[in-house]
Amino acid sequence: MQLVEGTDSSIRRFLKQLPGVDQVGAESRAAMLGTRSIKTASKKWAIDCAISMIDLTTLEGSDTDGKVKALCTKAVHPDPTDPTVPSVGAICVYNDKVATARKHLDAIGGQSIPVAAVSTAFPSGRASLEVKKQDTLDALNSGATEIDMVIDRGAFLSGDLVKVFTEIVYIKELCGDRAHLKVILETGELVTLDNVRKASHLAMAAGADFIKTSTGKISPAATAPVVLVMLEAVRDWYEMTGIRIGVKPAGGIRTTKDAIKQLVLVRETAGEEWLTPKLFRIGASALLNDLLMQRMKLRNGNYAGPNYVTLD
Amino acid sequence: MTFEYSPAPESTAIVDISAQYGLFINGKFVAAKGSKTFNTINPATEKVLSKIAYAQASDVDKAVVAARSAYTKVWSKMAPQERGKYLFRIARIMQERAREFAVLETMDNGKPIRETRDIDVPLAAAHFFYHAGWADKLKYAGAGDNPRPHGVVGQIIPWNFPLLMLAWKVAPALATGNTVVLKPAETTPLTALLFAEVCQQAGLPTGVVNIVTGDGATGSALVNHPDIDKIAFTGSTGVGKGIARAIAGTGKSATLELGGKGANIVFDDSPIDQTVEGIVSGIFFNQGHVCCAGSRLLVQENVHDELIEKLKRRISQIRVGDPLDKNTDLGAINSAAQLARIKEISSSGDAEGAHRWSPECTLPEKGFWYPPTIFTGVTQANRIAQEEIFGPVLSVLTFRTPQEAIDKANNTPYGLSAGVWTEKGSRILWAAKQLKAGVIWANTFNKFDPASPFGGYKESGWGREGGRHGLAAYLKGGEK
Repeated sequence: MQLVEGTDSSIRRFLKQLPGVDQVGAESRAAMLGTRSIKTASKKWAIDCAISMIDLTTLEGSDTDGKVKALCTKAVHPDPTDPTVPSVGAICVYNDKVATARKHLDAIGGQSIPVAAVSTAFPSGRASLEVKKQDTLDALNSGATEIDMVIDRGAFLSGDLVKVFTEIVYIKELCGDRAHLKVILETGELVTLDNVRKASHLAMAAGADFIKTSTGKISPAATAPVVLVMLEAVRDWYEMTGIRIGVKPAGGIRTTKDAIKQLVLVRETAGEEWLTPKLFRIGASALLNDLLMQRMKLRNGNYAGPNYVTLD
Repeated sequence: MTFEYSPAPESTAIVDISAQYGLFINGKFVAAKGSKTFNTINPATEKVLSKIAYAQASDVDKAVVAARSAYTKVWSKMAPQERGKYLFRIARIMQERAREFAVLETMDNGKPIRETRDIDVPLAAAHFFYHAGWADKLKYAGAGDNPRPHGVVGQIIPWNFPLLMLAWKVAPALATGNTVVLKPAETTPLTALLFAEVCQQAGLPTGVVNIVTGDGATGSALVNHPDIDKIAFTGSTGVGKGIARAIAGTGKSATLELGGKGANIVFDDSPIDQTVEGIVSGIFFNQGHVCCAGSRLLVQENVHDELIEKLKRRISQIRVGDPLDKNTDLGAINSAAQLARIKEISSSGDAEGAHRWSPECTLPEKGFWYPPTIFTGVTQANRIAQEEIFGPVLSVLTFRTPQEAIDKANNTPYGLSAGVWTEKGSRILWAAKQLKAGVIWANTFNKFDPASPFGGYKESGWGREGGRHGLAAYLKGGEK
């Protein structure tokens, strides 16, 4: 469904009719949902659900093949002592590590785990369109089936919405049927919740399969009010078009409690239909071990500590 | 399996409810003169929590005598900063015992633990802290150069916010140097009696706070007692009018916080998701047992359908049930009598042609429950648009122009609260000037702060509570 043409007036008209976001109200709703108390059976379910939604991520200048392989091994069997632990949602790396990740996953029985590549001059997005396209093509040709692109925040803030829109359209074209497109808004740089709502709709109109909060390189990242507004955006988009777009908070989600709060936000905002790795992912690295420790605690009744889960 | 929240009940082990309570007079729990008692029950289970002494006129007299003696001999002579210390001490003890207060309030009142824990109890403590700071600064309260207390104040509080209303009444009275005889509501005396323990724990001089439990007749004895200098009442407009008649010509002063039928006005440029939240908290907070509830929703007609659709989806998320469960949003109706009243007025909505809607929800078998309900297609002429329901029932009306919204909002004998939802700042200021209501919230609802005066126009009451305005009501100023 074509809601928006790629012209300035069309994009402006479309974004202008969106209702505003009252920051105080959104923050208080998010805070209230943060008080939900998730215990016993629902906690057990939520932990496994969260594990299956993790985009297990390493995005460091110091990444090596060894580090990436270790991460892939962990992704397939997060807890080697317990085969009932689900695999994670995906592996997320820079594009030059995609081939390593894909090959290693395939070799160890992780064929079903997708490899996501951050792209379009991640994290800043400050490069020419040609470079961004090549960045994406590289990742696709190396076997990435998910592309995490960044939007041009400078263009967004300066009002050049056409540039933001068309870049997403181009990258989406490259992805075609080969890969899912996640569009990173970097909400920490957009700052206002009105901007978050506008950027969410802009990305969805341009063809995003997922909207993602952050690169993880900027703070604040996936705050509860931001995720709330993005979940409202995908819910409204579904009502308009009948299409469900996914949401991926990333950055700052480190504990089981944080992750469960995210799931509560999903359940009470977009709805339970979104509680699947197809529509909700959590970009994280340290989170997985905390989930595993909490899972052990539920199973064994005591908290084992960090040396009973593997480092990577 | 889907993501159903498992039960997360707050433990009741922290509260220690006696089988029987006496009256709190002159710093001690004492037996009432007669042997009459009444039960207080948990409205969510109908189980009896405790047996409460019933204060007759002679017991009220004893309490007033104790308060008078404490006023003359101790409290009026004490240095103001010393009074302030007691208030600070009470505030801190309330915070230390916050969980105990929250659980007890939830058991006795039926409201969700989330609200008692996050709103009632913290706000009650905040009122004591706020007024503690005022105790030695009363010259700056705006009540003249020589502000003096009235003397003995009779206070009658309702069942909807038992502890919070106690704090609204007792904190300013003590800060200004008055002593108190307080009558809590018949159905919710327990947190007031726990507060009596706090007074003991704080070492508050005996007789400064006295608590007499009973019913309307007890309240009437208090109002009519000749040695009471001032009455502070929160409750229904009907009873408030009776009090005004009773004290006419006696020289007693009074503040009255009475009913309301708050208008929540939604313009077509409102931030819609937060508006929906505000409507929900406006009417479903505390089961709608709120005098300033936004019980009349006035929606600009061109966004009515979209708003109602979103509102219904949101209301379907409301979790109704065990008030002690930390995930409960809507608890039990406080009493069988109140439930009957909600049912009676609501059924007039059906009879008068409004459209009733409630989400699917299973209500517990025991206890008093009413589902979250909205009526659309309501007009000004319907009873449900005019009368205070005091329950989780919202009446939805529409308007076409801003002026029509204001006219409809003001077209009520009440005037306690109103809400305005728009992204246009100038319209907020314009509407706030036109609305005849004591509290006007812009892009929010049901927010309270000890520094902010609260009170009504017209049949919603006399005087203000909270802030400097509230202090003034407990002071005589001017002449030496």
